[in-house]
This record gives sequence, structure tokens and C-alpha cells, in this order.
Amino acid sequence: MGKQLVFAGFLVVFFAYSSIVYTIGTRHSAGQDHFGEQARQGKLLFQQYNCISCHQIYGLGGYMGPDLTNALSNHENGEIIARAYLKAGTQKMPNFNLTDEEIDALIAFLKYMDRSAYYPVKDFEISLSGIVDIKEKK
Amino acid sequence: MNFKQPGLLFVWIALLALLSGVFMGTTAALQFIYPDFFEFLPFFKSRPLHVSLVVSWIFGCAIGGIYYYLPKYCQLPLFSPALASLHFWIFVGTGAAIVISYAAGQFGGREYWEFPPVLSIPIIISWILFGVNFFISAFRQKTKWPVYLWMWGTGIFFFLYTFIEANLWIFSFFSDNIVREITIQWKAYGSLVGSWNMLVYGTAIFVMQKISGDPGVGTSRTAFFLYFLGLANLMFGWAHHTYIVPASPWIRHLAYFISMTELLVLAKIIWSWKSTLSQAKKYHHQAAYQFMLASEIWIFFNLTLAILISIPAINLFTHGTHITVAHSMGSTIGINTMILLASVFFILQGDPAKQADHPAFKSGIWLSNLALLVFWWSLILAGYTKGKLSFTTELSFQEIMDEVLPYLMTFTVAGIALFMGIALIVWRALPGIYRLSRAR
Repeated sequence: MGKQLVFAGFLVVFFAYSSIVYTIGTRHSAGQDHFGEQARQGKLLFQQYNCISCHQIYGLGGYMGPDLTNALSNHENGEIIARAYLKAGTQKMPNFNLTDEEIDALIAFLKYMDRSAYYPVKDFEISLSGIVDIKEKK
Repeated sequence: MNFKQPGLLFVWIALLALLSGVFMGTTAALQFIYPDFFEFLPFFKSRPLHVSLVVSWIFGCAIGGIYYYLPKYCQLPLFSPALASLHFWIFVGTGAAIVISYAAGQFGGREYWEFPPVLSIPIIISWILFGVNFFISAFRQKTKWPVYLWMWGTGIFFFLYTFIEANLWIFSFFSDNIVREITIQWKAYGSLVGSWNMLVYGTAIFVMQKISGDPGVGTSRTAFFLYFLGLANLMFGWAHHTYIVPASPWIRHLAYFISMTELLVLAKIIWSWKSTLSQAKKYHHQAAYQFMLASEIWIFFNLTLAILISIPAINLFTHGTHITVAHSMGSTIGINTMILLASVFFILQGDPAKQADHPAFKSGIWLSNLALLVFWWSLILAGYTKGKLSFTTELSFQEIMDEVLPYLMTFTVAGIALFMGIALIVWRALPGIYRLSRAR
């Protein structure tokens, strides 16, 4: 019975912890004012064309192409370059024959991503405990 | 195949999935270097095929082992073999639908589960069937459960929970905030890997107990203490995947302290088992033993790497590099696959053919492990180079990848050798499983 009680205790703590993670633990506001219907469509297109297979967001995803978190602000003409790639593909990226509306939606999603966080993180402080304090977007 | 042996059906089909999965992995690796290679199945299709097939191998072989071991070795007849057969056909049918959807370019676009979300429904149903069959069968046990029954039950329960959690993105409350969505996606994935580790490590302890003949392996206080440590890790140790994602800092601080103890847990159990095993018994079960020994070595390598990359100050530089791939490949091939192959060859001990003495088997086990070592180090060096250049230079992504290319070429050659090694092993196992299913 002791083991069952310990397991039940773990389970209760886990569900409470999960509830907090689902809500206040992930209540991130940076960039949310850029998440409209067009960005929502762009996000679904990002999934539909399986972009994560080759690209990353926040360093999570495939390694064939670059991370897209700050793709629009990493270069002076980031949006123009992104539109060109989306329109015609590259040597490694297929041409998905996207419509202008689809490209606009994907750009709206990338704008939202760009305002949500920095990646790779260049502004940080490391404490002696090994914990990293990361500068976040506001 | 004998349909009254659903466990062996699962193992047989899982071995095919392993072979196909590693083949697709080598295809994807070649496409990394030559994007036009195998043009009709480009990288954005070959990679999910590789991942889904390998995941099918891990789950299929673990599930098959449980269905086979419960009645044969635990004196716990299955509540319903028919339900287990239904589970098998849902597994095969859903797998086929996933392969067709990838080939047709129909994606849900979520990393690792990249199929359309509607295919999650039969997966959830099949795991409910598995859970019903397992728990009703296991609760017939009159004595206290050994730790492997706890681990299998925990693995089934948490697979269901975390798989449903991974699909929460279909609700706008989760998908309308990218930080919430990605954090919960990786919370689910981290715990889901913990759930398959419960199934695989439970199998490892079961096989170790049967080989050693020592029931203490699965019932000792230490085994249960380590099980609960593993459970804590499954529940709270996932956030090293998302140190960079701007969720609340306490989530990553908590994960930092408990992350990756699960591998340490298994290393300790295996170490204790090895010391009690007599040389004669080792020889008798040599094929299964050789895989367990290989997994022990890989636990050491991957445990070291896992601890290092779960330190946030190191993770900052390794996140998003091939070092993460080295960790996941090292764990899935070096640890999970070696343990599951030990399970397959433990099942095959009843097969009259002497598997372990066959030259193809010996070549396969050596070739796969040596190739994996080169493969693993190539990824670490590729990741180190990418991380270093990303932080110390202003080179573009493509310029950095040009520097990484020699390591990726080595990785690809090692991947081809790894495929050949695994093919030799699987080639020995497939007919044996078939013969065994016909013999009983």
C-alpha cells in the first residue's frame, strides 16, 4: 500500500504542476499583439508544409535550414529575403508554389515569432550555479 | 504468422520498422549533403518517415515483449488475446496511414508527430485497448508487483496522458500563444520519452531478472527507490529541451535539478545485476547478454552527455546544435534499441538456431556499435563547431554549415555502416521470430 500512496502523491503533485505550467507558467505576452488571424493562418501553413522538419523555432526543429525565430530581423532586408525564398525556394528548399496570400500569412507568423523572443540568445548572464539569466523581449 | 501470438506479431513488425526506419535515416542523412538525392521523397518527407518508423520500432517491440512475457513468464494470461490482436491491426493500419500521408505530403507539422492530427484518434484507442488488457491481466497477480510491472503500467498510463497533452495545440487557448504551445509540446515530448523509457527499462529489468534467475532484481527496495526517481524525472525533468523558450524561469530551474537522473537509475540497476551473474549463465544467454552489455556502455556515454547538456550554462551553447541529435540518437539506438534487441534475442532463446554463434550476428553487433560510436562523435563535433561559430563569429547559417560539412559526411558514412550492422542483426532475428510463432 505504501508504494501506491507514494505513486498517488506523485500524481497529485504532477497534475497540480501541469495545471500551473498550462496557465501562469506560460503566460508570455511579448509579441502577442502581433498574433492576429493572418499570423494564425501562417502558423497553420507552417505546419501544413512541415517547415519544422528543416527549420527551427527557438532552436527546436530540424537542422537542414536556419532557425526562423528572428529570421526577419537578423538581416537588414529580412522580410524581402524571406519573401523571395518563399516564392521560389532555394537549392535546398523546395518551391512549394505558395500563393501571395499564403506568403503574406507566413510572413505575418514570422513577424509574430520575431517579436516573441531572441534566438540565438546573445544577451545573457551566467551565475556560478550554472543558471543562465536570459534577456527577454518585452 | 500465428495470430494467437500477438506479442510475436508486434515484435516481428517492429523489427521491419527498425530496418525501414534506419534505411530512411541514412536516406535523410544523404539528402543533408546531396539535397537532390532520392528526389521523389525529399528531406521534409524522409525525416518524418525515419522518425515515425523508429518510434514504431521502440513502441512495437516493447509492447510485443509485454504481450509475450505476461502469459509466458509471469503466469498472467492475457485478459483478451483478441483485444491484443485488434491492437496489433490498429497499430499496423495507423502506421500504414501515416506512411501514406507523409508520402502524399499531408502533414500535421508537429515535430516527431508530423502526421495529420486525425490519426491520433486510432493511436489513443489502441493504447486504451493495451491499457485495459495489461491492467486487467496484471491485477490477477496475487503477490506484490515486481518493479517491471509498475514500470510497464506507468509507461502505458503516461503515454496516453502525454500523447493527449501533445495534441492540446488543437485548442486555441494553447495554440494562440507560441510560448505556451511550444513549452507544452516539449513538456509532453519529454514526458512521453520518459513513458517509453519506462516500457523499455521495465523490459530491461525483466530480461535481467530472468537471465540472472535472481527475483531480487525486480523487487528490491533499491529498484523501487530508483523507479520513483525515474518517475519524478518523467514528470518534472523535461524542461532542458526548453531552457531557451521564455516561459517562467522556475520551470527550467526545477528541471535543472532533477534532469536526466533516469539513465543513472538504470545504470545502477544493470551494474548490480552484472555483478551477480555467473559466467555460465552469461554464456547460455550470450546474444541477449551482449546487447545488454552494449546498452550499459551506451548508458555511460549518454549519461555523461545528458548531464552536461542539462546544465543551463552549457545548454545555452549546445541547444539547437547537432549535440542534441547526438544525445537523442545515442539514447534511441545505443540504449533503447540495444535493450529491445536484448529482449528480442531473449525471446529467441527458445529458437533452435544458435543466433549468437552465427558470424553474421557477431559482425552485426560489432559493426552497429562501432559505427554508432563514429556516428555519435561526428554529431558532437558537428554540434560543437556549429555552437562555437554561432557565438564567436558573424558567419551566416550557410557559412557555418560549410564548416560543419566534413563531420556530417563522416556521420553519413557511419550511418550507412550502422544500417548494415542493424540489418545483419535483424536478418538473423526475423526468421527466428517467425519460426517461434509457428512452433507454439
